[in-house]
Amino acid sequence: MSAYPSPTSLLEPTAVAQEQLLEISMGPQHPSTHGVFRMNVILDGERVVKLKPVFGYLHRNHEKIAENETYLGSMPYTDRLDYLCSITNNWAYAIAVEKLAGIQVPERAEYLRVITGELTRLQNHASLLGFLLQDMGSSGTPLMYAFREREKILDLFEALTGARMMCNYMRFGGCRVDMPAGWLDQARQVVADFPKFLDEYEKLLVGNEILMERTQGVGVLSKELAINAGMSGPMARASGVSYDIRKVDKYSIYERFAFRVPLGSHGDVYDRYMMRFLEMRESLKILNEAMRDIPGGPIVDPKTKVRNFRPKPGEAYGRIESPKGELGFYLISDGGSNPYRYRVRPPSLINLTVLEDLCLGQNVADVVAILGSVDIVLGEVDR
Amino acid sequence: MNLNTIKSELETHVPGCRLEVIANPSPSAQHSLLVDSEHGYAVAAYLRDAAALRFDFCSNVTGVDWPPKETSTKIKVKNLVDGPNGTEEQEVDEVQKTTTPGYLEVVYHLFSQELREGPLPLRMRTADREASVHLPSLTPIWRSAEFQEREIFDLYGVIFDGHPDLRRILMWDGFLDHPMRRDYVDPDDYEYEPTAHNEVLKRANQHLAETGGR
Repeated sequence: MSAYPSPTSLLEPTAVAQEQLLEISMGPQHPSTHGVFRMNVILDGERVVKLKPVFGYLHRNHEKIAENETYLGSMPYTDRLDYLCSITNNWAYAIAVEKLAGIQVPERAEYLRVITGELTRLQNHASLLGFLLQDMGSSGTPLMYAFREREKILDLFEALTGARMMCNYMRFGGCRVDMPAGWLDQARQVVADFPKFLDEYEKLLVGNEILMERTQGVGVLSKELAINAGMSGPMARASGVSYDIRKVDKYSIYERFAFRVPLGSHGDVYDRYMMRFLEMRESLKILNEAMRDIPGGPIVDPKTKVRNFRPKPGEAYGRIESPKGELGFYLISDGGSNPYRYRVRPPSLINLTVLEDLCLGQNVADVVAILGSVDIVLGEVDR
Repeated sequence: MNLNTIKSELETHVPGCRLEVIANPSPSAQHSLLVDSEHGYAVAAYLRDAAALRFDFCSNVTGVDWPPKETSTKIKVKNLVDGPNGTEEQEVDEVQKTTTPGYLEVVYHLFSQELREGPLPLRMRTADREASVHLPSLTPIWRSAEFQEREIFDLYGVIFDGHPDLRRILMWDGFLDHPMRRDYVDPDDYEYEPTAHNEVLKRANQHLAETGGR
């Protein structure tokens, strides 16, 4: 008898092979982790049996730095949390401080906030779709298509605020600068062209068989777990949780606009992916109405102090529907010029709570797709 | 929903719990509910499950550090003083110092997705900042608290009893201190100074002497 096993016997799993688990460390420099994020994955063959996320590579204790800084001094630093959506970060912080100090925002500033906020949502969702497809191996083309559109919106931000990504646009009680001449026409043009990109992208990818095979039924999140685990934003709505803070809290002027909240029914990666498409179409409706109705007037509340800004003692939790989910700021004031406690509720971190639940039993290649569909930015996860 | 009705409903359904409404004087008017740590778990479970409350969404969990506060008050004390006419009373100003003990506080921001209510800030306090820093973990009730309680354990040093996986999350495992505490002192960063001099050089030499050149 030969000392070597026959080729067919190699195909059958042995008792030893079944017990052999492989521990791999995905990240922190793996390109599909969207930054420096690590997952300790234990595999049985290709199947994930355990997954533990490891955080902290970008930790700089943002909250402590903000507690040693004046209220306004932290505003540019919030840009660096979720660096894809700096304007919505500014907005959430401004809303928390406005609640704390009881500041009113003028009409025109509210419209400017909605317009820039929804443009931020458009560029975040567009680039997320590109990243997700890039992660799943459709190299280059979809990402470049998305980035072409994102670039137009970043040009608008640059014309308005002076910076493409670190916009530092909001102030307590309003916005920092008004629109330059011709900006609104330029923005209208971008918004008018955007559906063309969405149609093209949908035709290219939504009915794509490979994409459907990779994403449908993968990483299913139940509605009950989504609520209990604090999921928010498109991640929760893909599982059928009807909770959009723009509708629930009616913050700013969102109750004036006619838009709908898309809901998924399966809670898999495909639904989370489609959710972004549908949300972009709703954002376009809001943008069209806001750019039609924007009134004149001041862009910042003149009564709000810029220097020596000291809110009375108390606390406030303010939150908005950022493109990633519920972005909240919790502030405690002791009457001084710095916040006594400054807390960021990071949607990216909390949406990762269920990462292990989603990945268990899936193939290791699906982990990349699932992580991509959660939509994280490590600047916000680690803070 | 009125916080006082929530409080009275909790008091009837969770026997023995000690609740207190903490008023918030700021314009946000988000008043909060302080619960004692022994009944924290039962109160949280009732808040989630009761049909009239249904706080099913725990959005934000955060820690706050309140170090011991020293308050000095001036009081007038009558002393007996030897004067020219024998012993007589004299009023003297004396500064009396009282220290209120410090504690760590954990705040849960609860929302009800079903009834569209919220936020309800639920607070729990530890007995002090060093020896007894235990609080019940609410992760079995709301999964969303899992990473956030780990973060509070990491940055504030609150130990959550009943947490399924209480490890450091942002700092590395060998780290000893809790950086978000108010009295945290930054580590000596002499090694990042390219040309150590004056104060920095003194600190560097001291550091070298303490650590033996490591």
